[in-house]
Amino acid sequence: MALLTAPRGPRVRRTAPEARLGRTIALAPAVVYFLVPLLCALAFTVGLGDPRQKPSLDAYTAIFTTDGLAQSLGLTLLLAGATIILVFGLLLPALLAVRLVAPRAKALVAVVCMLPLVVPAVALGAGITTVLRWATDWLYDTPGFPLLASLQQPAFPVILVLAYALMALPLAYTTLEAGLNAIEVKVLVEAARSCRASWFRTLFLVILPNLRDALLNTAFLTIAMVLGEYAVSALLGFQPFAVWTVAISGSHAQLSVAVSMVGLIGTWLILLAVAKLGRSKASKETS
Amino acid sequence: MTAFTLDPRPASAGTAGATLEFRGLRRAFGATMALDGLNLTLNPGEMLALLGPSGCGKTTALRMVAGFETPDSGEVLLDGVDVTGTPAHRRDVGMVFQSYSLFPHLSVTDNVAFGMRMLGTPAARRRARAQELLELVGLPTQGGRYPRQLSGGQQQRVALARALALEPRVLLLDEPLSALDAKVRQSLREEIRRLQLELGITTLFVTHDQEEALSIADRVAVMRDGRLEQCATPEELYNSPATPFVAGFVGTMNRLPGRLSSDGALVDVLGLSRPVQGSLHGRDGTADVDVLVRPEALTVSAAPDGPAQLVAASFLGATTRLTLRLHGGREAVADVPTTHASTLPTGARIRLGLPERPVLIDQARNEETTA
Repeated sequence: MALLTAPRGPRVRRTAPEARLGRTIALAPAVVYFLVPLLCALAFTVGLGDPRQKPSLDAYTAIFTTDGLAQSLGLTLLLAGATIILVFGLLLPALLAVRLVAPRAKALVAVVCMLPLVVPAVALGAGITTVLRWATDWLYDTPGFPLLASLQQPAFPVILVLAYALMALPLAYTTLEAGLNAIEVKVLVEAARSCRASWFRTLFLVILPNLRDALLNTAFLTIAMVLGEYAVSALLGFQPFAVWTVAISGSHAQLSVAVSMVGLIGTWLILLAVAKLGRSKASKETS
Repeated sequence: MTAFTLDPRPASAGTAGATLEFRGLRRAFGATMALDGLNLTLNPGEMLALLGPSGCGKTTALRMVAGFETPDSGEVLLDGVDVTGTPAHRRDVGMVFQSYSLFPHLSVTDNVAFGMRMLGTPAARRRARAQELLELVGLPTQGGRYPRQLSGGQQQRVALARALALEPRVLLLDEPLSALDAKVRQSLREEIRRLQLELGITTLFVTHDQEEALSIADRVAVMRDGRLEQCATPEELYNSPATPFVAGFVGTMNRLPGRLSSDGALVDVLGLSRPVQGSLHGRDGTADVDVLVRPEALTVSAAPDGPAQLVAASFLGATTRLTLRLHGGREAVADVPTTHASTLPTGARIRLGLPERPVLIDQARNEETTA
């Protein structure tokens, strides 16, 4: 009891040597599994161990001057942004409606959202290609044809946004559902409504701020998925970042891997930023 | 605690609260009839408690006033104006929920000021007003904290301040004390009543706790299966229940075997003759009835030839509840001063007495004695 009630000094973490050893043994394979390929990739990009060249950072400096990278990366980020907006626009109203007015639809929404998990990206890409071909035949010489063509503009292929949104649904559903489970949506909505908030203000001033972490996580996962998506984009003939990286690897192998490394580090930085945002909010509320 | 400085309006002034009226409210959830033609009127400045067991429709009725439920038929009127179709955010009612329902991402001050923010009150004004309200509910220094840093009782005080911030015409309290421990519950209950009287705000208080309802409300409406059983002052409800359900639900009631006189004016109970105050059922011609007697109305004394036997005693503080076995195996309970109860050993023969006043009777039920 004395220990429990004694004033706390600075916290000193003490770990038993056995526990430290156990933790090391458990973590070592994971560290090796993740770090070895990364170190090999890093060594490859700087030319370490290659007797034909001197080690250099040329592959990294070339990132900023290589043709096509800026366009493909810009397109990918644009697609990621549009995908995030579409996913939020589809999922948030559906998940809120399930909680507020149609709780019986919960299972149906869950099944629909998780369904893309069992559809391979290649099958999705092949399916979309087939549908677009049929649609072209059917809509040719009709007012719908320009709309169909606008879905496939290389500058901003809306068809990819639709496909990405579908592929991101399981991730987004899981994350948003976890976020919604952590708050009492119905009670908060009713409390806000009894404080004279309209539906719009209730959503933007009460629900969304309490879903901040879930929204950030969803956005991060969607960006990561879009950055790395290759199969559907390649099958439909567009060249976002992942497709460009593979395309460039034939002629500039080191550059391709260097770009991937930078992309990976960028993704980690976003992840850290998301985690830090969450932590700063938590510490502010508990201080 | 700082004295209230916002706009105290005593109930006697009769200007603050609105008249709230339920007219023939019906609502079914599938095959379950949650409300079955509820008619009820709350007078301006009155606090009325809706009391009943779970599923009796009391919360549904309250949510209809708030605008969170729509009746299948019937109307909700505020000062005579039908608000049944008015959206929740335009109803001018404040609500305190069972589960606190504070906005977790906002500080205490911002929670209290939230409604004023929705109405476009300038920031400085709403901060000052939020501070006044926090002083009113006894939390003058907690404005900068977040809900999760407060205890349950403190959170509910903040929720009360938030509900009062917009000076609503009607205050709705949906079992606001049920998540709190007994001591906090009692102090907050008294505080709610004090505030309600100070502000003179018409208040509908939903609870399943009869003690809470009887102690806080001007009138108590007892509901069962979507219907109103009785609406009366706490005293009337306790002393003159209108139905067997109310008699059994509000407080503890002994059912002692009695026999009516031929003209039905007197009843013979425990060997004593008492005038009949009223009957909870229509007279069906049978002479055997149950006489309804509260535990505190029974007097007990040790007597070797007494008709009852003391089987158990429960210490309640100033009083002790004695469980007595009557002839035929029926049991009755009597609340007697602890000083007197301590002189009666378990197993002792007991003589029971009744005060000289009219008694309530009901149809005889042989299977039970207390309800």
